[in-house]
Amino acid sequence: MQTTIDPGEVAKFEAMAAEWWDPNGKFKPLHMLNPCRLDYITRQIAAEFDRDLSAPAPFKGLRILDIGCGGGLLSEPMARLGADVVGADAAERNIPVAQVHAQAQGLEIDYRHTTAEAMAAAGEAFDVVLNMEVVEHVADPLAYLTACQQLLKPGGLMICSTINRNSKSYVMAIIGAEHVMRWLPKGTHEWSKFITPDELYDLIRKAGLSPVDRKGFVFNPLRWDWLLSERDLSVNYVTASVKR
Amino acid sequence: MTHDADILIVGGGLNGPALALALAKGGLRVALMDAQPLEHLRSDTFDGRAYALALASVRALGALGIWAQIADHAQPILQIKASDGRPGEGIAPFFLQFDHAEIEEGPMGHMIEDRYLRRALLDAMAETPGIQHHPGETVTAQQVTGAGVQVTLASGRMLSARMLVGCDGRNSPTASRAGIARTGWDYGQTALVCAIRHDLPHHGCAHQLFLPAGPLAILPLPGNRASIVWSEETARAEALHHADGATYLAALRPRFGSFLGEIALDGKRFAYPLRLTLANSFIAPRLALVGDAAHGVHPIAGQGLNLGLRDVAALAQVLIEATRRGEDFATQPVLERYQQWRRFDTAVLALGTDLFNRLFSNDNPALRMGRDLGMGIVSALPGLRRHFIREAAGLTGDLPRLMQGRAI
Repeated sequence: MQTTIDPGEVAKFEAMAAEWWDPNGKFKPLHMLNPCRLDYITRQIAAEFDRDLSAPAPFKGLRILDIGCGGGLLSEPMARLGADVVGADAAERNIPVAQVHAQAQGLEIDYRHTTAEAMAAAGEAFDVVLNMEVVEHVADPLAYLTACQQLLKPGGLMICSTINRNSKSYVMAIIGAEHVMRWLPKGTHEWSKFITPDELYDLIRKAGLSPVDRKGFVFNPLRWDWLLSERDLSVNYVTASVKR
Repeated sequence: MTHDADILIVGGGLNGPALALALAKGGLRVALMDAQPLEHLRSDTFDGRAYALALASVRALGALGIWAQIADHAQPILQIKASDGRPGEGIAPFFLQFDHAEIEEGPMGHMIEDRYLRRALLDAMAETPGIQHHPGETVTAQQVTGAGVQVTLASGRMLSARMLVGCDGRNSPTASRAGIARTGWDYGQTALVCAIRHDLPHHGCAHQLFLPAGPLAILPLPGNRASIVWSEETARAEALHHADGATYLAALRPRFGSFLGEIALDGKRFAYPLRLTLANSFIAPRLALVGDAAHGVHPIAGQGLNLGLRDVAALAQVLIEATRRGEDFATQPVLERYQQWRRFDTAVLALGTDLFNRLFSNDNPALRMGRDLGMGIVSALPGLRRHFIREAAGLTGDLPRLMQGRAI
């Protein structure tokens, strides 16, 4: 299997797989971030494909790929909204965890132990590619984003989120999240692999996609939750790009 | 697995039907169980019960399509006068007066009789797709399973859904069955509730008199009628409740003097022992509590139904937003959002009204002077007055969209 994922990175996530669905467990930060991520994803998809989120099964007929699906935190909501979902993860152990959970929810999701590169080589095509908190873990971001571009149908949408690289993100994402709050195991992230929004836009364009939007995910310590921000992309941020 | 509905609601008072409507308008399927039989629910004789709806509640009922059906039967509250009076003295010289002209939003609230509000909610439920109504059905058991929640009805019928909401009042059997304990205390007071006819017009003015035995509220109804909420020490209240109408009126008359002219009873009389009762948690696995099931407050500020409608608006918004982003709404992180939104607000109001009652249900001369002084200060400061008016209208705090009169 051809892959751009560091074997060391995959092993770190495998060790955490069983904990995926505990909202107060090791993946608490992802569970906390999830409503905010889902707000962005659902609104971008609805706008791009002209869907009404208040209608039943608004994403019916859309084929969505969730790369780095983990336990299915994004795949399941997409399936609930009516989409045909493929969840791909390079960590083999995540696949049965995600499958068992989806089945208990009565959701049909095609979970596969594979990579973006392998699926692109096999000629798979999707309306939407979700590429959330993955690009900072891959060895060759441009090769990876190019595979994502190949996986999109013309007019397709890629949502890509990652972590900015600056002194604030070092303090927040590594010292804060891993050492102080212990939200994430130490060593989850390597600061040098973080990407600035401009660098990401540049990579996305080089991969053959057109960036159309970017927003920050900002943690509000008073409300103890995450909010979308137009301006503050200093730590966590998300982008939307289309294949023209 | 397929469920009978997405959400089961236990309790068909006023919050239950309002929640059913809000959820169904958001695309969720609802089943509502009500212990009362339909004939009883649809009765149109005035039984003496009426509610003071704050402006925000009126807006929520507007967004649910209810207000247009009942507005003609509602009495706008144009003024609120709060005064520190003693029996026999009538309205005291020191009083606080709030006028709706001081805020731009219009009347601070409306009085509506139970029969109109109840029937409008029933009609709307019958017309809204996605709502099953089970009147005359009592829940005898409830069980959380892996994929949902199942209730057993007295008729032997079983219903299943993804979650259960208890709107079944201050002794909520739904909360007890879920093992949710309650905290609270007895005030040693009982509220006597009735409606009266009076000779002189009320001009849309609501009165709150702080009497030593407990507060007395005179709330205007359409025509020359008013709703009375009258708190007395429990033993005395019980005696009055069981006394004949003439004795009851003879005790009531001197309490608010002669400013409404001669008075007569209109409809039944009710007695409610006053207790503060807060559920220790508003949520449990696949369960949420709404209204008095979550928080029974002192009716001193007439806030019970208004608080309940805020719960309804907040819970409906949390569940519908979760559904629209594809989340499983019956999970702890989603229900936690509802609890966080409502608990603080509720605790503040519960303790505030409790403190207020303790301060005012007292004949201590020093306290009386302090009260009169406090009322004088609030009277003199327009900013503070406007804040009190907005608070009474339910326009403060983090308002759910329905309470702003907007669809979810």
